[in-house]
Amino acid sequence: MADKKKTDEVSGVETTGHSWDGIEELNNPLPRWWLWTLYMTIIWGIGYTIAYPAWPMVSGATQGLLGWSTRANVVRSIEEHEALNAGLVSQLVAVDMDALSDDTDLLRYAVARGSSVFKANCSQCHGSGAAGAKGYPNLLDNDWLWGGSLSEIAYSVRHGIRNDTDTDARFSQMPAFGEILEDADIDALVEQVLALSGQDHDQAAAARGAVLFEENCAACHGETGTGDRAQGAPNLADEIWLYGADRETLKTTISMARFGVMPAWGQRLNEPDIRAVAAFVHGLGGGENPAGLDPN
Amino acid sequence: MTSSTEPSLYAPREPVFPRRVSGPFRRLKWWIMAVTLGIYYLTPWLRWERGPSLPDQAVLVDLAHRRFYFFWIEIWPHEFYFVAGLLIMAGLGLFLFTSALGRVWCGYACPQTVWTDLFILVERWIEGDRNARVKLWKAKWNLRKWRLRMTKWIVWLLIAMATGGAWVFYFTDAPSLARDLVSFSAHPVAYGTIAVLTATTFVFGGFMREQVCIYMCPWPRIQAAMMDDDTLTVAYRDWRGEPRGKKRDGTTGDCIDCMACVNVCPMGIDIRDGQQMECITCALCIDACDDVMDRIGKPRGLIDYLALSDEPVERAGAAPKPIWKHVLRPRTILYTTLWSLVGVGLLYALFIRSDIGLTVSPVRNPTYVTQSDGSIRNIYDVRLRNQLGEARVFRLSVSSDSLLRIDLQGIPDGSDVTVPADSTHLQRVYVTAGPDDAAASTDVSDLRLWVEDLATGDRASRATTFNGKGN
Repeated sequence: MADKKKTDEVSGVETTGHSWDGIEELNNPLPRWWLWTLYMTIIWGIGYTIAYPAWPMVSGATQGLLGWSTRANVVRSIEEHEALNAGLVSQLVAVDMDALSDDTDLLRYAVARGSSVFKANCSQCHGSGAAGAKGYPNLLDNDWLWGGSLSEIAYSVRHGIRNDTDTDARFSQMPAFGEILEDADIDALVEQVLALSGQDHDQAAAARGAVLFEENCAACHGETGTGDRAQGAPNLADEIWLYGADRETLKTTISMARFGVMPAWGQRLNEPDIRAVAAFVHGLGGGENPAGLDPN
Repeated sequence: MTSSTEPSLYAPREPVFPRRVSGPFRRLKWWIMAVTLGIYYLTPWLRWERGPSLPDQAVLVDLAHRRFYFFWIEIWPHEFYFVAGLLIMAGLGLFLFTSALGRVWCGYACPQTVWTDLFILVERWIEGDRNARVKLWKAKWNLRKWRLRMTKWIVWLLIAMATGGAWVFYFTDAPSLARDLVSFSAHPVAYGTIAVLTATTFVFGGFMREQVCIYMCPWPRIQAAMMDDDTLTVAYRDWRGEPRGKKRDGTTGDCIDCMACVNVCPMGIDIRDGQQMECITCALCIDACDDVMDRIGKPRGLIDYLALSDEPVERAGAAPKPIWKHVLRPRTILYTTLWSLVGVGLLYALFIRSDIGLTVSPVRNPTYVTQSDGSIRNIYDVRLRNQLGEARVFRLSVSSDSLLRIDLQGIPDGSDVTVPADSTHLQRVYVTAGPDDAAASTDVSDLRLWVEDLATGDRASRATTFNGKGN
C-alpha cells in the first residue's frame, strides 16, 4: 500500500487502494453525519426492543417496558366507545319497543348495533343475509310465525322458541299425525293443504281432506288455513313454506310434525343487544307495526 | 478505523459561508421567497363564507370529517382523483421546467432552498457577512461567540416554530387552534406535529442545508433524466475565461480568479469545474460574476444561463441559438401539452360534477324475497350524497317495463328522503313485483332507479337489474 493518496486517472477521484484484477475502487466518502445516523438507528432499535414487545423467549415474547399490547388497546377503545354510547344505550333499554321507530337517532344506533349482534349470533341459522334456510325462517319477508312487531320480535329473541331452558319461551307442538291417522287420510290432507294455498291438487282427495282438516287441523291453523300467531301455527294459505310445499315434504310434515327450536337469547345477550337485534330484524323489510299492519 | 495508509470512507461536512450578493437573480429570489413564504404562512387565515354548517376557512384539509375545502371547491374522499390529477400536473410541471431550465425548482422554489436562504439571511444579520462568519467559526468559544450563536439559534428556532405552527393550521380552524395552542389545551397531535416540523426546519435550514440536497433528496438524481443538450443551466464560459489569472497583459482570459462565484455559492462548489450534481442553479454566481465583470470593464455573462449545445457553437465563434429556440422544442411542447390536457380534464370534471351523488347496490344475499302473497321483492342499498350546505329532499322512483312498486325502509307512506347538509344517507329501498307481473317470473329484468331533487327538479338515475324467481 502506498503512503500517499492514490487517485484514479480518469475521474480524478481518490481510490481506496483496493484493487481487484486491476480494477480499483474509487473513494467517494459518505458524509460523517450519515454514519452517526446509522449508529443512532441502531441505538433506537435496541431501545425499541426494550420498550416494546420484541424478543422471542421460550414461552411467549418479552413484554416491553411500556406494557404496550394490541389486545389491551382494543379493550380500551371498546370501553371508550361504550362510554360514548352510554346515553344511547340507557335510552334503548328504557324505550317502549314499539315506539322505537319514532326516535330516528336511537333507531339508527339500534339497527347498527343489531347488525353486528345478528352477524355474530343469528347468521349461523338465519343466514348472513337473513334469508333463512329450510326450517329456519326467512326474516326478510312479511310472514311472521309469532308476530312481526318490534316488541314481538324482541320477545322471540329474548325467550326463544320451543327450548327447554326458558319457561317463557314461545311454545306449541303439532301432533305427529302419522300415529293418529291412516296413511290415505294423510294423503287426502296433503291435497287439502295444496288446495288451501292455491296449488295443483286432486279435487276428490282434497274434498275428503277438507273434512279431516276441519276435524284435526282447523283448531290451530284456522278454518281457511290462515294460521294463528298466538300458537305459532303457520299460515297454510300463503306462498311461504318453512319446510317446502311439495307433496312429499307436506306428507312428512303432517306425519311426523316439525319442532323448530330457537335458543332463549335473553340468557346469552344483554338487554341492549336483544333490543338492538330486534330493531335490526324489524328493519329488514318485513317489520310490522303493533297493530299488525305492514308499515310499507 | 483510519490509518495513514487507508483513506477515510467518511468525510466531515465542509462548512459553507455564502457571501452576500446583489443582482437581478438575487432580487428575483427575494421576491419568490416573500411570495412563497407569505402564501404558506397566511393562507390558513383566509376566510371563506360557506353557510352555518360548514367551516369558513378558505383552505382546509379536514381529515376528521374527510373533506378538503379550497375556496369555492369542496372535495370529498371519492373525488380524490382531483388531488391525484393535481399531483400529476405538479409532476409534469416539474418535468417541463426541468427540461427547459434545469434545476430551476431547486434553485428558486424548493422549500429547502427558500428556508435555507431565510436562515442564511438571519445568520448574516447576526454574525456578519462571509469573512466575519468564517472568523467567528474559527474563533474560540468566548462570550461573544456564545452570544451571537445563541441569538442566531433562538431566531432560527422561532422561524422553525412558526413554520411547524403554520402547517397545523391547514388541518383545523386556524383561529380556534391558535387560541388552544397558547392556552395549552390543543390536541397532543398538534403539539407533536409542530415539534417535529420545528426540529426538521431548524436542523435542515440551519445545519444540514446543502447536505439535504446532495445526500437526502432523490430529485437531483431524477432530474438528470429530464435534461438534455438544450436545457438551460448555469454554466461557465471557460473558452472566454481561461486561462484565469489576475495579470492583465493579454495572456489571460476574462476570469480574474476572484473566487466571487465560489464565495456566494450556497452549495459550496466551484461552477468553473463545469456542470455538477451539487449545483442547484440558483444563479447567485451569475450575479456575483456580472458584478465583477462590470467593475473590470468586461462584458457580462462569463457565468450565464447556457445550454450544453451552445458550447461548441460559441467556441467556434458563432452566435448561440436564441433562448426561445432552446425552450421551444418537441420535449417541452410535449410536456406542456400533457400538462394542459390533465388540467383541462380536471376543469371539465369539476364543472360537470353532479350535485346529486347516487350509487345503487343491489342486495344479492338473497337475490329476491318471496312475500306471503307471492309477490317478488328485491332490495337495494341506495347511497344518496348531498354535497350542498343545506338539507335536500330527494324523491325516489323506479322505471321499468313492468309495473313495480317502490317502498323505502323506515318511510312507511312516501318516497321522499331528506338528506342533511353535507352528508351521505344510506337508504334501504324495496322494489316489489306483483305475483302476476312479468318481472316476478323472469330471471332478470332491467330497472332504473331515479332520484329527483324536489326543490330544484334536478334528476339523476342509475341502471340496475331486478331478479325474479324464474320459471
